[in-house]
Order: sequence, then C-alpha cells, then structure tokens
Amino acid sequence: MVRVEDFSCGYGKDIVLKDISFEVKAGQFIGLIGPNGSGKSTMIRAISGFLPPQKGVILLNGRAVSRKRHRKLATKLAVVTQSHEMTSPFSVEEFVLLGRVPHWSKLQLLETKQDVEIAEKAMELTGISHLRGRAMEKLSGGERQLARLARALAQKPGLLLLDEPTAHLDIGHQVQIMHLLKKLNKEAITIVAVLHDLNLASLYCERLVLLNKGRLRCAGRPEEVLTEEIINEVYDTSIIVKEDFYISRPLVFPVC
Amino acid sequence: MQSSKISTWIWWTFFLIALLIVVVVFSLAVGAVDLPLRKAFFLLTKGRGTPEYAILFEVRLPRILLGLAVGGGLAISGVILQGMFRNPLVEPYTLGISGGAALGVCLNMVAGGPNVLGPLATPVSGFLGAAGIVFLVYAFSAGRGAIRISRLLLTGVMVSFMASSLIMLVMAVTKTEDLHGIIFWIMGSLEEPNPFLIIIVLVISLGGMILSFVYAVDLNALSLGEEDAFHLGVRVDRVKKALFITASLITGCCVAVTGIIGFVGLVVPHLMRLLVGADHRILLVASYISGAAFLILCDTVARVAIAPMELPVGVITGIVGGAVFIYALSRKGYSF
Repeated sequence: MVRVEDFSCGYGKDIVLKDISFEVKAGQFIGLIGPNGSGKSTMIRAISGFLPPQKGVILLNGRAVSRKRHRKLATKLAVVTQSHEMTSPFSVEEFVLLGRVPHWSKLQLLETKQDVEIAEKAMELTGISHLRGRAMEKLSGGERQLARLARALAQKPGLLLLDEPTAHLDIGHQVQIMHLLKKLNKEAITIVAVLHDLNLASLYCERLVLLNKGRLRCAGRPEEVLTEEIINEVYDTSIIVKEDFYISRPLVFPVC
Repeated sequence: MQSSKISTWIWWTFFLIALLIVVVVFSLAVGAVDLPLRKAFFLLTKGRGTPEYAILFEVRLPRILLGLAVGGGLAISGVILQGMFRNPLVEPYTLGISGGAALGVCLNMVAGGPNVLGPLATPVSGFLGAAGIVFLVYAFSAGRGAIRISRLLLTGVMVSFMASSLIMLVMAVTKTEDLHGIIFWIMGSLEEPNPFLIIIVLVISLGGMILSFVYAVDLNALSLGEEDAFHLGVRVDRVKKALFITASLITGCCVAVTGIIGFVGLVVPHLMRLLVGADHRILLVASYISGAAFLILCDTVARVAIAPMELPVGVITGIVGGAVFIYALSRKGYSF
C-alpha cells in the first residue's frame, strides 16, 4: 500500500529524514518507534503528503503522494496529528462532520444525509455518541482523542496515520484506543501509528519500524526489533527484555 | 438533527434581516428633521421634488447604504481574519491596513492632493496607502510562497506602529487647516457625497461576502489548525492567500471612503459567534447582516445625539461596541 523509497526530507535546509526505505502492506498495523527527535512525526507528515520529498519518493497505491490531487488524497488517507492544546470552537458532532469535507464536491456547502450517517457511525464506533452536542474544548483529553479519531474515520480512509495517539492518556484510555485501532485494522484499515510506549507497540502492532537520528535502524516483527542489544544502543539506556506471558511478545523493562 | 440545524440557521438569518430592516427604517425616520414613517411612505410615492424627499433619499438613504456596505464588510473581514489566524484579537485593522490608509490620506492632504484631484483625492490616496501597506506586510511575511501566519500578524502590528509614528511626524509639520481635515478623516464618518463611491464600496463588500462564503467550509477546517486542514484536503496556502486578499480589499475600500471606524470588525464577529456558533457558513452571513445593522444604528446615534451637530461615528462604535463586548464576556464562560 505504501512504499517509502530512498526517501529524504526535512524543513528547509534542515534535513530530518535520510535515505529511508520501507514498505507497508495493505492490512498491516505498523508501529513507528524511536527516541525523541528521531523523525517519527516527520515520517507521518511525509507519508501524508504534508512535507514534500527532497530525495526519493513515497508511493501510495503505486502513485507518488506528493503528486496526488489534494482532496483525493484526503479521501484515501486520514491523519490524527499530535493534539496540542488546539482549541476548536465546534461541538463534537460538527467536528466529526468536518471529516466528510474531502468527499464533497467543489462548491458544496451543506452536508448530505449520508454524511451525517457516516459521522454518526464514526461516533458510535469510538463510543462518543453521547457527547455529540458537547463543545470540543469541554472534553477531557481522552474524549478529545476519541473525537479526533472519529473525525479521521469519517473520512473513510484506507490508510490511517496516527501521531502518538495515546500520549498523555491514562492506561484505560490507552488500552481503549489501541483496542479500537486493532478492531479497525481487522476491518481492513491499514494503520501506521507513532508510539512512544514500546510495550503497547509490541503488544498491538504486527510490525515495528525503528527510527534513530533520522535513519531507519531496523524494521521487522516486534521480537526482531525489540531486543536488548538494539534498544539499549538506540535509546542509550539499559533495559531488559522479557517475553509476555499470553501472546509471547517481547516486553521492555527498565533496570532499576 | 441535520434539518434542525439548517432551520436554526434560517431563523437566525430572518431574525437578523428583520432587525436590519427595523434599524434602517428607524434611521430613515429620525434626524435633525423629524419625518414620521407614515409621511415617509407618502413621500416615497408622490413626494418627488419636495425638500423632505431630498432629505430622505439624497441624504439619509446613501448614508444607510454606505453603513450597510462598510458595517457588513468590516464584520466579515473580522470573521475571515479571526478564523484564519485563529486569534481572537485580530481585526481588519491589526494588519496595518488602517495605518496605511491614514498615512496615505495624511500625505495627500499635506501635498495638496485635493486641489489637483478634487474630492476623489482622499479615498484614492487612502486606498493606495492601504494597498501599499498590505503589499509590504504580505511581502515581508510570505516566505517561499507560503504565508506564515504569526509572522504576518507581528509584521502587521509593527507596520501599524510605524505608520502611526509617521502620521504624527507629518502632523507635527502640517499647517493647522490641513490638520483639521486629517483628524476628521481619522475619526471616521459615513458622510459621503459621491454616490459613485458608495456604489463601488457596496459592490466590493457584497462581492467579498459571496466570495468568502464560498470558502466558508475551508475556514471551518482552518480553525482546526493548518496541518489538520491540509489533511482534510484544503489547499491551505491558496485559501489563505485568497482570504487575505479578500479581507484586505474589503477593508481597504471601506477605510478609504469612510475613514477609520473601529471595533465593528472585532466586536461583531465575537458577538455573533456567541449567538449563532462558530460554523462559518452561518457566522459569515450573520456577521454581515448584524455588522451592517450595528453600524447604521451607531451612525444614526451619531447624527441625532447632538443634532444638528454630528459626532464622529467611530466614537459611538467604540463606546457601544466595547461596552456590549465586555458585558457579553463577563456573562458567559465564553472562550474563542
């Protein structure tokens, strides 16, 4: 579905990602991991077409993302960016309905009945139907993240990109969101998520892509990537890896 | 849910239009010469040639039309800019437009432009000043094709300061007769003897309204932040440029003809957001209508408060607008 080929990009003269190549197959759930400043968010921005390439190319279904028609692209992939304290003045329902905008014709100003139904479904799926009339800024962090996810789902994307979807959330909301992503993944949405929590990444993703200092360190199944040797080297720390009791995924523990 | 939202919007639109009509009729009826409504209707049909007819249709109606154009125009410029910058303190004048226009008018008066170009000299020089400043601000903050919003804002504020300092400089070396003209222009007035200019402002302000309405959904997306708007398929750079130029053009024309009338572009969008919500599809329409009604009402007050003398309308909009705004802020837990 997505092919990153020998890709470099950055902000102005500041090159953040260097010579990166990997592939995301349709239906996969990929975790993008790496230390702070390793270029994970930039990678998401590049795949979404927000940042143009300086070298190489990123292909979505065989066509370069940077060349795709803008609106068309937004019907194929949806992005949940990192939530800063961005206050938006809308109610939850209005906010989720904005996800339908890419599907509108050029001069369309009103949503159709179908748009409302799709938004409704997205809110049901994320469990926020009861909040529809609430103002976005009155939501808690976890609810807000669910609303952002609902908006992305209203876009009906084939590919979902998420930048730290579980940041600043309690363990309950973290698990809720990861579970939801897994469920969506089973319903044929390909997912690429930046994750800081290595254990969540290990438990939920089928493949991990590890970035370090703007380069691809390694990619593979969790047990191939999350080894003591690699993690200690990349994160410059000392951890030990143990196998999870239930599904035999590697778990990372700090040594103390 | 859906149809109820649209019917709420329609109700608001009708309500505000009704309000506007009431204000217009009131404004037609009162003034230094009292003209009861019944008489006004009578005049409308067979009053041609009488002095009352002249007062009504050659003095009051043009002012009302100009008030509609400028009030509505400034209000939607405020909506556009606040939506685009996601900053509640932005108004049409923040970007240095008023400063530029005032500087243009100042220089024109000092250089003796009115003697050469006649009555058109003031609006033309005002517009040129506004356009010049907008171009400067734009050029400074457009880095490699994309407008950087925070930079645009800061540049605008700084250019405003520089313009007002230059105005002081010009005023300090000006003759007293010219000084009076400059001050009067800066205070703002809807008095405009040239019907041609009124029509131009009306066309541009209504045209700007229609154009910005086309971008209403993009503005909604933009208020989520530029990156999110991009991911919703909005061509952010192009939309920002189009909206910025639209808002500048509207404001530039309004300022050039009427002088500086503050607060309409700041207060009206906020009040309307409080009443009808933040969706730009209704916010733009509501702000245009109520901005027009607000300015016409303020102008009527300015005309009759100390009749037959006249107050500068900018004074009224400032006092009334500011007071209403503070009241609204303190009443509800309003956050932008």
